[in-house]
Amino acid sequence: MKETVKPRGKPLSGEEMKQVCHVVARPQVKYAWAVGVAMSHFLAGLKQGKILGRTCVQCERILVPPRMFCERCYRTTDEWVELPGTGVIETFSISYIDTDANRIKEPIFVGVLAFDGAPPHSGIMHYFGEVSQDAIHIGMPVEPVWKPGGERVGAITDIKYFRPREGARPSSNSKRRKRG
Amino acid sequence: MNLGKIHKDVAVVGAGMTLFSRRLQETGKEMSWQAAQMALDQAGLTLDDIDAVIMGSAPDAFDGVHKKGDWLIDGAGGVNKPYMRVYTGGGTAVFAPIAGWWHVASGMFERVLVVCEEKMSSCQPHAQSAFAHIWDPILDRPLKPNLVWIFAMEMQRYMHTYNVRYEDIALVAVKNKRNAVGHPCAQLADPDITLEDVINSEPMALPVRRLDISPPSDGAAALVLVSEDTAYELTNEPVWMDGVGWCIDSTMWTNRDLAFPKFVARAARMAYEMAGIKNPREEIDIAEPYDPFDYKELQHLEALGLADPGEAAIMTREGKTQRDGELPVCPSGGLLGVGNPIAATLGIKVGELFWQLSGQAGARQVPGDPAVGVAQAWGDLMQFSSVIVMRRRP
Ligand SMILES: [Zn+2]
Repeated sequence: MKETVKPRGKPLSGEEMKQVCHVVARPQVKYAWAVGVAMSHFLAGLKQGKILGRTCVQCERILVPPRMFCERCYRTTDEWVELPGTGVIETFSISYIDTDANRIKEPIFVGVLAFDGAPPHSGIMHYFGEVSQDAIHIGMPVEPVWKPGGERVGAITDIKYFRPREGARPSSNSKRRKRG
Repeated sequence: MNLGKIHKDVAVVGAGMTLFSRRLQETGKEMSWQAAQMALDQAGLTLDDIDAVIMGSAPDAFDGVHKKGDWLIDGAGGVNKPYMRVYTGGGTAVFAPIAGWWHVASGMFERVLVVCEEKMSSCQPHAQSAFAHIWDPILDRPLKPNLVWIFAMEMQRYMHTYNVRYEDIALVAVKNKRNAVGHPCAQLADPDITLEDVINSEPMALPVRRLDISPPSDGAAALVLVSEDTAYELTNEPVWMDGVGWCIDSTMWTNRDLAFPKFVARAARMAYEMAGIKNPREEIDIAEPYDPFDYKELQHLEALGLADPGEAAIMTREGKTQRDGELPVCPSGGLLGVGNPIAATLGIKVGELFWQLSGQAGARQVPGDPAVGVAQAWGDLMQFSSVIVMRRRP
């Protein structure tokens, strides 16, 4: 049989890497991002303890995160609405690594929730808390745990995390599935 | 879209790739030159014969050098030629050859060199720190995300929606790392890996464990594309790019169901239509779907129409996707086994189909004289996919 891949390249071990000449630098760049028309309003809402969305009457979505135009219908969105803030877990992960891939001892719970009072998949990514590894599941009803009013600055982190909502009627897809 | 107005059929007549390795001594330019040189040698051409050059490389942040396409041009052979860099994140591996394809198919250029390169080891201490810059700065970055989270969340939703077992997903990692044993460029080939090894590997972001993930890597790969006018002057075994497709969804990824990537299905439909593929399950002999994580191979097989939603896991369990199975999937060893230098995975997707369909895959050769293959890549903020259907003609 013919074999035409003749690999080239010299792999380096970590030790060799130290001997091979290399140049080290850290870019010094800072940004101040304008958050925009829609997100300014949304973040101001968070500061007041409110979750705000934008309606699009054409596709009948409530856009959260909100935007001033609907990317599907490609038209101006219609109006601001306040959502109750509660929701259900759409998906989640139990993370043992931080943002730089360093290992962390106590895993953090992160995922996507869909807000109540809006069509499916109207939601954001956030942390989950006050929940155990065994209990967390897709479809679990959750509610926001806000920072105290005086500490809120108009950022996604004004919500500390979402926690299980006691006494909530489980949604239809909350059936637990046991996996290995 | 008018798929009937393509001027020229396009063939691959040469391919090359470097070692995929955690860290190579070569610079990005040097790797690009090595891969391009191999592809040109195989095609029996020199750079003087090349009319235009396409460069594919993923985020500038890996290298810490902006406008990386311009920076890499010397190694890619683009100096004083029509030259462009394309970038669609992980999708670049199959999108760069699509860009090469339209250069030739349009009739504008006869011979085009496609070079893809990634050097991830430059970014310290880990390429993950560069990935942090693809997230939305307002809503996502304040949560200090890790890119693995995205995959974990998608995998969880996929498992839940289609009732897929983790053990069946982990079998993909076992298969691909074993397949990679036959690949001379492989970084993580392991002939002895077992299902238990994957299941017991350390948790990263559950359900994702360490061995569910392909490794960051340095590497480069290249292809030579020519039109129907000269393909048979160069080789008796050209492999034809008979269908191409690509599609991208919104960055608002929390607003869609993560269980099924519709944009992959749309890209596949476009490529199949162009290639005249009516029933992919019947007509495709080999698949090289993008497998940066083991569950992605399954999700992509389903979106490519090669399995029903949730069925790819069962096909894997039953051995149908092994190299000698009904539908060999990632006979190269994939990203999981050979390595994941983002754009350079060109060499184990489109490059692998070229070698397989022209009978040059050596120890990795799929039995039964395969004639039709599909390669697919996926990327950006889990929103983009590129698909190519390739054929050997009788
Ligand atoms: Zn709309």
